[in-house]
Amino acid sequence: MTMMKKLLTSAVASALMVSGAQAEISDNMVKMGYLADMSGTYRDLAGPNGLKAMEMAIKDFGGSVKGAKIEVVSADDRNSPDVASSTVRRWVENDKVDMIGGMVASSVTIAATKILEENNKLGIVSGSAASSITNEHCTPNHIHYVYDTYALSIGTPTAIVQEGGKTWFILTADYAFGHAMEADVTRVVEANGGEVVGSIRHPFPTPDFSSFILQAQASGADVIALANAGADTTNAINTASEFGVTQGGQTLAALVLFLSDVHALGTDVAQGIQLTTGWYWDMNDETRAWSDRFMEATGARPTMVHAGIYSSTMQYLKAVEATNSDDSQTVRKYMMEHPINDMFAKNGVIREDGRMVHDMYLAEVKTPEESSGEWDLYNIVRTIPADEAFRPLSESKCKLVSM
Amino acid sequence: MNETVKQTDIQKAILEQQQSEHRKKMILNGVLLVLLVLAPLVMYPVFLMKILCFALFAVAFNLLLGYTGLLSFGHAAFLATGGYTTGYLLSNVPWLTTELGILAGTLMATALGFGFALLSIRRQGIYFAMVTLALAQLVFFFFVQSSFTGGEDGMQGIPRGELFGLIDLNDNLNLYYFILAVFLGCYLLVQRTVGSPFGQVLNAIKQNEPRAISLGYNVNRYKILAFVISAALAGLAGSMKAVVFQLASLNDAHWHTSGEVILMTLVGGAGTLLGPVVGATFVVNVEYQLAQGPLRDWVDPILGGIFVLTVIAFRSGIVGEIQKFMRKNLS
Amino acid sequence: MSMIFGVPVAVLSGQLLIGVINGAFYALLSLGLAVIFGLLKIINFAHGAMYMLGAMVTVIMFDAMGVNYWVALFLAPVLVGVFGMLIEYFLLRRIAGQDHIYSLLLTFGAALMIQGILTNIYGVSGLRYSIPDLFKGGVNLGFMFLPYYRAWVIAVALVVCFGTWFMIEKTKLGAYLRAGTEDAQLMQGFGINVPLLISLTYGFGVMLAAFAGVLAAPIYSVTPVMGSHILIVVFAVVVIGGMGSIGGAIITGVLMGVIEGLTKTFYPPASSAVIFLVMVVVLMFRPAGLFGKEA
Repeated sequence: MTMMKKLLTSAVASALMVSGAQAEISDNMVKMGYLADMSGTYRDLAGPNGLKAMEMAIKDFGGSVKGAKIEVVSADDRNSPDVASSTVRRWVENDKVDMIGGMVASSVTIAATKILEENNKLGIVSGSAASSITNEHCTPNHIHYVYDTYALSIGTPTAIVQEGGKTWFILTADYAFGHAMEADVTRVVEANGGEVVGSIRHPFPTPDFSSFILQAQASGADVIALANAGADTTNAINTASEFGVTQGGQTLAALVLFLSDVHALGTDVAQGIQLTTGWYWDMNDETRAWSDRFMEATGARPTMVHAGIYSSTMQYLKAVEATNSDDSQTVRKYMMEHPINDMFAKNGVIREDGRMVHDMYLAEVKTPEESSGEWDLYNIVRTIPADEAFRPLSESKCKLVSM
Repeated sequence: MNETVKQTDIQKAILEQQQSEHRKKMILNGVLLVLLVLAPLVMYPVFLMKILCFALFAVAFNLLLGYTGLLSFGHAAFLATGGYTTGYLLSNVPWLTTELGILAGTLMATALGFGFALLSIRRQGIYFAMVTLALAQLVFFFFVQSSFTGGEDGMQGIPRGELFGLIDLNDNLNLYYFILAVFLGCYLLVQRTVGSPFGQVLNAIKQNEPRAISLGYNVNRYKILAFVISAALAGLAGSMKAVVFQLASLNDAHWHTSGEVILMTLVGGAGTLLGPVVGATFVVNVEYQLAQGPLRDWVDPILGGIFVLTVIAFRSGIVGEIQKFMRKNLS
Repeated sequence: MSMIFGVPVAVLSGQLLIGVINGAFYALLSLGLAVIFGLLKIINFAHGAMYMLGAMVTVIMFDAMGVNYWVALFLAPVLVGVFGMLIEYFLLRRIAGQDHIYSLLLTFGAALMIQGILTNIYGVSGLRYSIPDLFKGGVNLGFMFLPYYRAWVIAVALVVCFGTWFMIEKTKLGAYLRAGTEDAQLMQGFGINVPLLISLTYGFGVMLAAFAGVLAAPIYSVTPVMGSHILIVVFAVVVIGGMGSIGGAIITGVLMGVIEGLTKTFYPPASSAVIFLVMVVVLMFRPAGLFGKEA
């Protein structure tokens, strides 16, 4: 019965897809929207520089696809799903926007992708961390490109436990994403033979971490993991350094830490911290070359999100060109069939749930002696292969994954 | 003899002027109504509905600030409670029709408003503002802790459903006229309330509370009632907003939202009927237009500037200043 | 190991000490607010922004001109204080005599502007600033590791708090100040420049906030939004203490730091809400706060 129903719906869906897929670019124009936090807490990891990255990609592509002009509109989502939802609705329903990129706060992303699904347009999420975006909140209309909480909470704990950090204490932001990461970390630590000896859920935001750091120190755990983000993470790291956590023999692991955060902390304070990243500007000649251009345009080194926005925009435009269409399903299908090989990812594959799967990297923040400049921040310690880094499809709750 | 003639003339003239003013008002209201009915033809309906929801929110808030003289710094709590309640029920109770979901959200906010009022109403001025702020922070904490709100992901994908089980509200126009009807009903309710003997007492409290007490009014009971009505309408605004956007989020419960409704009311003109509506329209528009334009990154400082400018130069707000101007030119 | 409610005594003593340190910080911030409200009846919602400016100016001066911590400790509050006086002169003065609420709205708007502009210039990730060499490291107290810098914060904050209280409540200058702000005409009659006195008072309150900002610069992420989170907490402290009560603000500040610290030990998720709970309860029984006079 259900099998029959599934078959039927997929048949209907594919029929719709075929009829919906015009082999032409609508309005003779490819219009992209860039939606991100431009002025709030997440500004520096995507923000205005992410728009620059998108514009760089368009320029590098030549400014037009098969004679169709490429246009960009952009908006500050103010981290509000209301604002995001009305903006995205207007973009796709009135302003003929074909694809939306950026998207950081999880509430914004989920709201936006729901509207994209209703209107059958494409979204490429580069900024958000929540792994639920391609799990319970997956849609056939978006791709999650750069990283997610699952990937971040796998790489670092695995490596640290294997190197002997057996007992863990977790400082968790008392929010859905913090809880999700705490659960992921606990699972990984235990699977590798370690043990979580305690955890604290702290309010978001917390201006002073000394009390929590003290409790983490008193626990005597080998590792203190920070399952939080942004100012909470940097504040916690600052305080840990002040209270001599690493001198006391404990290791600090930050689960969500961006280049912009580490740059703000400086190697003095952040040295030795292990973290997982989807990309680093100083990995090879290709990444360096692109980052130099980015730096020229913005004055800062790109985060993995900036690089992801550039790469995904490029991939999108290539797909539009190859299929001669800006229909979301046609383009998404093409992107799924063609692995990504560029300065951002090698052999990156977009799965049916929309998750772009690629190698992640375990990085360690350099010591001040090792660091040759303000942006020379990471040593890449090891590569986490794509198939280990992301949630396997067999565990997926996504409605698009056929079992 | 002559004098009496003159007097009746004057009375007549005054009456005529009143009538003509009344007529002008009616015409103005009629024009506004026609504009609201036709608006979705030229403007984006979801955006219009957002304005209507915030306008109702500001009208509710103004009943306290403008007509009773109470500054609540916790109205976000009611907006969010309305939204979350409606959202939760519509998502989880399949047989519930949309209007019942909205009604439930409104009732929940009303009950919360009663609780707030009991705890805060005896406090004056800044203490009143701070108690409402504190209570709203506790409500925020509750929403953060509760799993049904979806935390920072928000409560998403709330079904719009059908009105009375008949009219499909997924159609933006249907939903718009429904929201418009509710909004107009509430607006008229507030208009009647303000003009009623009850409203006169509220005004007396605003002007001079000790005198109102000495006149024998049970001032606290009046203030509580005003607060509860205001909370109910704010909750209704939140419930409708949840249906319009199909989501409810922590942003609604954040104290910045309480600040925003103050801005809307003040910019439009506190203590005028139309003021909060104009203010909400203005602020929502400014935020929206700015967030898309070249000044995208500067929304906060510009809003701050509007705040400062309003307080310094246009304390009566847009509508208040226009009224002042008209009065000056008429006399 | 002896325990209290399932928490080792050693851990608890550490938490109490941390609570007092944070409390000293709150005291310093709420003191400025209380001075401004108590003497001028201005509800200064820009206080968080001024705290942030103190920290930002410290870092910016260091980056641009190499101004060190010790100089910044004096210079940054003075600069921010002067900035505050300009705000008083150009903005707040225009609404003198109006309902207090307008000062709240005006300063709230001003804070949004300051914060928004700096965000666009400096971003939100935070600026680097390190602890002065003199205070690097710390001492092991047996029950906890106490960084020297925290010890310095608690000492200097309490000294400044006490000094301010003493100046306003016990000296002739303070008497002039209280008289001048209460009965401006009379004092004007005595040949005292009251408008200047008001500007200076506002500037002084702002200086206290900026001073707390300088103290915070080495230990917290210095960002344009650092003040907005702490603002309403500090407001709650002042209200609990009784708006305008100088001594009340100091005592309540320390008290709230301790209560928050204990909450962080026993039920961490509530540590941001506990102050508001205390506020509601206190105001139910004491309408003008713990140390305020009933109107």
